[in-house]
Amino acid sequence: MSRSSNNSNTDSLALVLKALIRHRLFIPIAFLVFLLLINVFINPGFLRITLGRDSGGNPVLIGNLINILSNATELVILAIGMTLVTASSRGQDISVGATVAIAGGVIMRILCGNETQPTVLHAPIILALLLGCLAGMACGAFNGILVSKFKIQPMVATLILFTAGRSIGSMAMGGLKPKAAAAFGYYGNFIPGFPVPTPILITIAVVAVTFLVLKKTNLGLYTKAVGINDKSSSLNGLNPALIKFLTFVILGLCVGIAGFVQSSRVQTVNPYTIVPGIEMDVILAVALGGNSLGGGRFNMAGSIIGGYTIQTLTSMLTTLNVNTNAVPVFKAAIIIILVVIQSPIVKSFFGNKVTISKPTVGDGKERG
Amino acid sequence: MSLLNNAPGTGSIGVLQNKLKRKESLTDTAFLLTITISLFIAIYALSIVFLGDKGFSKIQMFFNLFNENAALIVIACGLSIVMVTGSIDISVGGSTALICTSCIVCLNNYGFNFFSSLILALAIGLAFGAVQGFLIAYLEIQPFIVTLAGMFLGRGLVALIEVNQIQVNNPGFEMLSGARILIPFLGDINRKGVFIQSKLEYGVIVALIIVCLMFWLLRKSSLGRSFYAVGGNPQSALMLGINVKRTKFYAHLLCGLLAGIGGFLYLFHTRSGSVQQATGLEMDAIAASIIGGTLLTGGVGNIFGTLFGVLTSGTVLLIVTAIGSQDPWWPQITRAAMLCFFIVLQSIICSRKKI
Amino acid sequence: MRGIYKSFPGVRALQNVDFTLCEGEIHALMGENGAGKSTLIKVLTGVYTKDAGEICIKGITKPVHIKSPQEAQKLGISTVYQEITLCPNLTVAENLFIGRTNDLFVNWKKRNNKAESILKGLGIPAKPAQQLSSCSIAVQQMVAIARAIDMDCKVLILDEPTSSLDEQEVSKLFTLMRELKGRGVGIVFVTHFLEQVYEVCDKITVLRNGELVGKYQIKDLPRVELVAKMMGKELGDLADIHNKTQSSNRDSKEVIIETEGLSSTSGIKPFHFTAHKGEVTGFAGLLGSGRSECVRAIFGADKVTKGKLRIKGDNVNITAPIKAMKKGIGYLSEDRKRDGIIGDLSVRENIILALQVMQGFFKPFTKAQAQAFADEYISLLGIKTATADTPMNSLSGGNQQKVILARWLLTHPDYLILDEPTRGIDIGTKVEIQKLVLKLASEGMSITFISSEIEEMLRTCSRLIVMRDLYVVGELNGEDMTQDKIMYTIAGGVSQNVQKQ
Repeated sequence: MSRSSNNSNTDSLALVLKALIRHRLFIPIAFLVFLLLINVFINPGFLRITLGRDSGGNPVLIGNLINILSNATELVILAIGMTLVTASSRGQDISVGATVAIAGGVIMRILCGNETQPTVLHAPIILALLLGCLAGMACGAFNGILVSKFKIQPMVATLILFTAGRSIGSMAMGGLKPKAAAAFGYYGNFIPGFPVPTPILITIAVVAVTFLVLKKTNLGLYTKAVGINDKSSSLNGLNPALIKFLTFVILGLCVGIAGFVQSSRVQTVNPYTIVPGIEMDVILAVALGGNSLGGGRFNMAGSIIGGYTIQTLTSMLTTLNVNTNAVPVFKAAIIIILVVIQSPIVKSFFGNKVTISKPTVGDGKERG
Repeated sequence: MSLLNNAPGTGSIGVLQNKLKRKESLTDTAFLLTITISLFIAIYALSIVFLGDKGFSKIQMFFNLFNENAALIVIACGLSIVMVTGSIDISVGGSTALICTSCIVCLNNYGFNFFSSLILALAIGLAFGAVQGFLIAYLEIQPFIVTLAGMFLGRGLVALIEVNQIQVNNPGFEMLSGARILIPFLGDINRKGVFIQSKLEYGVIVALIIVCLMFWLLRKSSLGRSFYAVGGNPQSALMLGINVKRTKFYAHLLCGLLAGIGGFLYLFHTRSGSVQQATGLEMDAIAASIIGGTLLTGGVGNIFGTLFGVLTSGTVLLIVTAIGSQDPWWPQITRAAMLCFFIVLQSIICSRKKI
Repeated sequence: MRGIYKSFPGVRALQNVDFTLCEGEIHALMGENGAGKSTLIKVLTGVYTKDAGEICIKGITKPVHIKSPQEAQKLGISTVYQEITLCPNLTVAENLFIGRTNDLFVNWKKRNNKAESILKGLGIPAKPAQQLSSCSIAVQQMVAIARAIDMDCKVLILDEPTSSLDEQEVSKLFTLMRELKGRGVGIVFVTHFLEQVYEVCDKITVLRNGELVGKYQIKDLPRVELVAKMMGKELGDLADIHNKTQSSNRDSKEVIIETEGLSSTSGIKPFHFTAHKGEVTGFAGLLGSGRSECVRAIFGADKVTKGKLRIKGDNVNITAPIKAMKKGIGYLSEDRKRDGIIGDLSVRENIILALQVMQGFFKPFTKAQAQAFADEYISLLGIKTATADTPMNSLSGGNQQKVILARWLLTHPDYLILDEPTRGIDIGTKVEIQKLVLKLASEGMSITFISSEIEEMLRTCSRLIVMRDLYVVGELNGEDMTQDKIMYTIAGGVSQNVQKQ
């Protein structure tokens, strides 16, 4: 009697486990937890959060987790935009780092004018944010036109801004490297009196808006449809070119916000060294989130978790005293592993049911 | 009122296609090559006329164009080959930096000489080519992602080896790399009135030999032609009996070998290595190939076109620096603008072909 | 080939098919969609392996097993496909020889000379050093044929070679084919152009639904009989089924759609068409006659080049499907895999897609609304799916078709175009759909029903537009709607290509 009840217990446990593993968020969350466990192993006090005071006497939350959550802001925001671009255009935008430099450059120029050490802000911060976002969206529009109208592959089209972006950012700043007034620093650090770092609040806001938009509009459905089959989509009344263009502009908006937060952290921007290698991080976050880099269905929550996972990885490598320039090696290795696993050849090798399209010649279009 | 076409036929779409096909000679490689060469000559001539006082009137300027770009010429050849097969390789900058740094470390500390460091360079290049080629050709992973990872891997490895900028400290190597060929009869008169003969680096000779070899390979050998077949129409190539995967693999392997040679030439020219070295080299190589008439979509490309692509973009950059402003951002922006112009041009030409 | 059987999961593509090709003969292989012609060809050329049956080749005593295209080539069987399988960016000579040897070093001068002699011998107007893309499609095809001949092929299969050729090019191709016939090559000519078959072929084999209908000498088979065989009918079949709907009141009903001289980039000749409220119209014709192209032009799926379209009396300019949809037209396309389903999306998402797009970007349906729609049509059409969340990919073909039908029914169009809605569906569902069509028509919807099954159209349509070779050749209604009359109209005379107005 007890044996059969044991069996049924293990059966139901097995079912629960299976359902858990198949859940879309399993891999990103599992990886994140895994990394956190390693961190805790290395440093038992890793998860501790304390409430302390900063130099101005204001209360601030301190802790490794807080740092990770705060530093991941740019990455997560960009991952949101990149997810949409990947889903609809079946490719990646590798210009995101360079375009953040442009947005950051524009913001600094607005706030500092021609001075290098202004004591006051030359313009309201909201204006800087707006223009930074506009700059980002302009870059997005540029990429979008190349991809949707000229039908150039996304990675090739974005190569252009990848090459020129940081230089354009430097040009926007007039070659100067000004440091903005301290009041600008609230958004990348703490608002005096409020213990939670502002970037975390900004991330929460952006994520909330994203899910709201996905719920209240057809963006998700249209993006998926266009990415899966744009011929069918156009026969159903959609305009694939417009939707692809839109996703690039949305990514551009994300770039603007990310540029704003990043420049606020130290109130200065060096366009050549700002967010180095973030394009790799963002692509990695999207891939880790369970999204196919070949487009189609997307998993926004997965990308967001993926962003935090990558940030945890970066912070872990820094703690282990790995040189900042060498960190990309590990990330490159991980991305290779991920893409190899996703490759249809490898999948079929391991027996999954995947349809590999063989060259079908002679199935020429038969006119009806 | 006649509702029928004048030529009642069974396939009017075919008729339309035929008529347009006969008109297009835009992708005729000889035609494109002529355009690229004329472009270069025109630009250089104009700069001699208008910017003569900024240095263009000196003959050494012309030779320096080759001296500075020998490595790029070789690397661009490799990239053109890979692009002809419809693939791409953006890791070449990273692998070049890695080659420079590792060779310098070996030359300085492990008693390597010219030949052994050359072998190291080739080995690194081939390793990149082989691994990337395998992933791209046999596992069918997108080339961009694989080589993007390769780029980061290369630079990251440099940082692991040596974070600071380093110089060659090996007398034998330095002597060899300092050698110059003196060009008879040609030279400039400097400010003191002394005639200085024009100098050419040995690396340039190597680069030009490679260009000729690659040209011969692509034009005349069966392997070269299968590169074009695979790039132009992989389905057809398969049906014609070509081993598409193996061909793509060889293309990447060859690109890796050329990246190795190019990286070594880079070292030979600069005698230094750092993490940030050769940033953007891959973009330059791609831009040069595109200007030279290599199509991003594959199947079309000409090595001599690539050579002139390098020279043309090199000249444009010289012009920008000469004209200019001290502003450091123009060269990069100009590079990107050229790239953009030619990418868009290519896409327009291609879409007109397809109607 | 004797007794060939070939099955795929769920489909019996070929059953007990025989096919014989003699030396020096041009043999046409014909059949409608799903007849099995391309499967038979692929079995012969090694793309598929047969399940049962024998293939015997002259000169080889034992029956052969062809496992790959390379093996077929070695046995002397070559194919030239409808889409040119050469490389347009290589020269003619390179296309003739590439992939056949593995030499690293090649003497191109020798090859060019050899190419020259091959081209001259076959009368092909091309130079060896010319880039293939600069040759016309007809010449490219001939180069592909030349390659096959040079590889000593004894059996040459031409798969729809004339689809993109004009009249002069077709006759050049036929001259080449006759030359090869003289050399003893056996040619299999797969095509759907009736005229051409009668011009150049010696024999015809007709397939239907994977079975052999028969093998005939051209001189013994009048056109009408050929059409009958392809449609699977006998002439004078008394089992004609007449349509039940009344067509006499047609003129008093409102005209929903009217085209005048409409033609598009797909190559159809300008046509006139009217559709009335509550009327079911059909387009009859063989495969390739242009039926789908006509309705695609109305829906805006192909770019319209000439002519006018009027919807409910107003002139409209349909530049994109969304405009047609907003004007009340729905279109269930012929190729559901390519143009219809969005595979990775769920059943529910596929059903609501068209209506959702019409609603607009900012008005997504709530999950409850979408579920209600999905449930309504799942039960109405009997769609077999585990849940509404199942991805479309995992449904059977018939059920996928029902989902797409549901999608368009949900938009409640004034004019619904159904292009082969019953293809690949079980009998029971076919009947359901036809009943549904009649019901919708009686409720006022104007429907165009295109099917390769004549009986279906006769049962449901009250008026048929007959097409042949991209021209509208006739319109039948009322008592004229019999299978015989249809077949005669399709077969027609030789040069009556003008549309009756």
